Amino acid sequence: MFDYEVLKLVWWVLVGVLLIGFALTDGFDLGAAALLPVVAKTDDERRVVINTIAPHWDGNQVWLITAGGALFAAWPLVYAAAFSGLYWALLVVLFALFVRPVGFDYRSKLDNTRWRQSWDWGLFVGGVVPSLVFGVAFGNLFLGLPFSLDDTLRSTYQGNFWQLLSPFALLAGVVSLSMLTLHGATWLMMRSDGAIAVRSRHAAQGLALLFLLAFIGCGLWLWQGDIVGLQISQMGAADSALNPLNKTVQASNSGWLANYQLYPETRWAPLLGIAGALLAGLAASARWAGLAFAGSSLAIIGTLCTAGFALFPFVMPSSLNLAASLTVWDAVSSQKTLGIMLVAACIFLPLILSYTLWGYVKMWGKVRTEHIQNNPHGLY
Amino acid sequence: MISEAVVDLSRLQFAMTAMYHFLFVPLTLGLAFLLAIMESVYVMTGKQVYKDMVKFWGKLFGINFALGVTTGLTMEFQFGTNWAYYSHYVGDIFGAPLAIEGLMAFFLESTFIGLFFFGWDRLSKLQHLAVTWLVAIGSNMSALWILIANGWMQNPVGAEFNYQTMRMELVDFGALLFNPVAQVKFVHTVAAGYVTGAVFVLAISSYYLLKKRDQGFARRSFAIASAFGLASILSVIVLGDESGYEVGDVQKTKLAAIEAEWETHPAPASFTVIGWPNQAEQRTDYAIKIPYALGIIATRSLDKQVSGIKDLLVQHEARIRTGMTAYGLLQQLREGDDSAATKAAFDAVKDDLGYGLLLKKYTANVVDASEAQIQQATLDTIPNVFSLFWSFRVMVGSGFLLLALFACAFWASARKNEERKPWLLKWALFSLPLPWLAIQTGWFVAEHGRQPWSIAEVLPTYLSASSVSEGDVWGSLLALIAFYSVLLVIEMYLMIKFARLGPSSLHTGRYHFEQAHA
Repeated sequence: MFDYEVLKLVWWVLVGVLLIGFALTDGFDLGAAALLPVVAKTDDERRVVINTIAPHWDGNQVWLITAGGALFAAWPLVYAAAFSGLYWALLVVLFALFVRPVGFDYRSKLDNTRWRQSWDWGLFVGGVVPSLVFGVAFGNLFLGLPFSLDDTLRSTYQGNFWQLLSPFALLAGVVSLSMLTLHGATWLMMRSDGAIAVRSRHAAQGLALLFLLAFIGCGLWLWQGDIVGLQISQMGAADSALNPLNKTVQASNSGWLANYQLYPETRWAPLLGIAGALLAGLAASARWAGLAFAGSSLAIIGTLCTAGFALFPFVMPSSLNLAASLTVWDAVSSQKTLGIMLVAACIFLPLILSYTLWGYVKMWGKVRTEHIQNNPHGLY
Repeated sequence: MISEAVVDLSRLQFAMTAMYHFLFVPLTLGLAFLLAIMESVYVMTGKQVYKDMVKFWGKLFGINFALGVTTGLTMEFQFGTNWAYYSHYVGDIFGAPLAIEGLMAFFLESTFIGLFFFGWDRLSKLQHLAVTWLVAIGSNMSALWILIANGWMQNPVGAEFNYQTMRMELVDFGALLFNPVAQVKFVHTVAAGYVTGAVFVLAISSYYLLKKRDQGFARRSFAIASAFGLASILSVIVLGDESGYEVGDVQKTKLAAIEAEWETHPAPASFTVIGWPNQAEQRTDYAIKIPYALGIIATRSLDKQVSGIKDLLVQHEARIRTGMTAYGLLQQLREGDDSAATKAAFDAVKDDLGYGLLLKKYTANVVDASEAQIQQATLDTIPNVFSLFWSFRVMVGSGFLLLALFACAFWASARKNEERKPWLLKWALFSLPLPWLAIQTGWFVAEHGRQPWSIAEVLPTYLSASSVSEGDVWGSLLALIAFYSVLLVIEMYLMIKFARLGPSSLHTGRYHFEQAHA
């Protein structure tokens, strides 16, 4: 039906689409929760923030779950090596995410200050930790992860959680944390008014600046620093089933910048990341909430594409055994599975997008404190 | 070498997280449909009490749903964290239903659940009704896909081993979808979920009737739950899971273990009602038997045999020996000898490769296994008979108790006299834990009965685990137990609080506690 090589590329794009979908949707509710202590000072204000995302956070989170499932189906080796290797990093994210469904639903069920404040802290942690750890994990992809594969393709990871917290990876963590909280801030500018909107506007300005510094900082680090990128020097035909160990990989791609030299047309991605954040910051200053949200959305798309383009065709580089690095060519499922999954994605993604949009349209409008006060039992 | 402690701890963690998750899922499956039915009645009759029912039971649904989502997060990623080799070895097949579950079911359920709770003032009556139905359909779709995945673990059809990529690969998607084990499991599992939802509503409504408050509300809830519950428990029992035990060797082994059938008897075999299975001696002490019943139940026929454990062991030993040959040929292929003759020889025996892999627990090289190791691996192919025998009976016993309950409740509700039968109301209230007991023992039978395999006849559980350290798994296991338990306590606290409060928690001014204050 489809050429195997094309399918492999299409699934690289689709995994990217799912991750971008996750960052664009769940990103603003993670960000809004992370901003709770900053933008909301009273219980009513915190309920306004929570109720802007109340009808949507669960659907948004499915982007992450589906990305997990798609990784399992399309890149089983990546799913296996990444999640068993990054064992504690993933568990930390999961534990932080655990608090959210219960936090959202249970917090306002009791009228007790300590109860509510505990859940508010839980929601804050549930917003900050995943946003930070996702960036740290991406940063580590650039540094290479200490895993190897034996001849039965069993992966073994030689490292621990603390080793992930290197300076570059932490800077990447700042990129993702500032990016998603910026997105949360622009969301709150659109969906709230009064004091919350003002505080969100200030937060957006600061976060846009922080994001720009961190994002450009990562770029300079890659350009001038000593991070060694990888390049495939020899492998089998891309349209056949490949054993990851049967390729030759060289550490000759300084700072992972080769793709940007080889394909100058990909340079729009980092430029979009910068331009999006600039737009978000400037529009926030000018009180154009919708435009600011568009800006933070573009910054997310630009940033994720920047990382994806730089690493391509690698998805999980190994620092222990370069040849064991997993790529879009050799960590993938069979042609048949990729084809069936593509058909499923083509049917369901448009449906998902349309009913999600319908849900947002139906629930659109500013959430106000009066509305919350008049509805002590019907809302979160 | 793989650490056996890591394998055991990972199994414990998976069992624990799956069982926790499945405290909440069945109630979601059942209540979602009950909510949709109640709201349909509301839209058709326009009676406010039905809307209040949707809102009140929906509140309890939400408390339960939140923990279902929380515990579900773990499940999506746990194959990668703790079962990495499994993920590589069968991800090509097993990953697809999981991804499609996300695309087709989770998005639907999770997007519309937000509108269900918050859309009352924003949507028209019909739009909201559609939303509620979509939540119910979405949750059932997700059960369908996860059971297609699980059914494939029990009876791995439509897939073949590829020696080049060192994994199983999909060859027939239709076979995966229409796997008879998956189909039977789906009906059995969702119907069990409907029963759970029905018992939940029935028990709590009975509590209000016993307390003589909010009787109109409770009576209507009782009526819907008893009718829905009776239909559901009949589906669970009549379309019972046992018909799925005919296909596939591991399913047959599971059946023999459940029934403690040591010997193959002439058809139709008799059914051991109770007894004391003794695995070391391969016999069942103190057995009470019903003639012919097992053969009829298990094979739906009078002339098909039910294989006994002793015969299965003989077959398994032969397959382990063929599996050793298969493993030797696989090594040749992997080392570059891919001549047509080697390929043909491997193809002829590769269905038994999994049996060869059972020896990995005892010897790295498989082909040099000693006679004693082969015997040990053969014995490993029979799961623990005693625990399966008894869990199965607890499940079935709970099921029949619930059938009796729903029959009485439906009869009383049809004659509108349940309020005059306090014994019935108390019975319903105290039956509340039964569906969970049946479901948890049922999953134990299904999954423990699959051992020593993670994928029946293909991949031993022993080989499936990740190469993580014992300390890592201890850490995550304890952290999960602690965290889940705290959340469960909180959930139970809220659930009991709101169940006691009843529809007064809606603050409409129409119900018991609000009138007492007025």
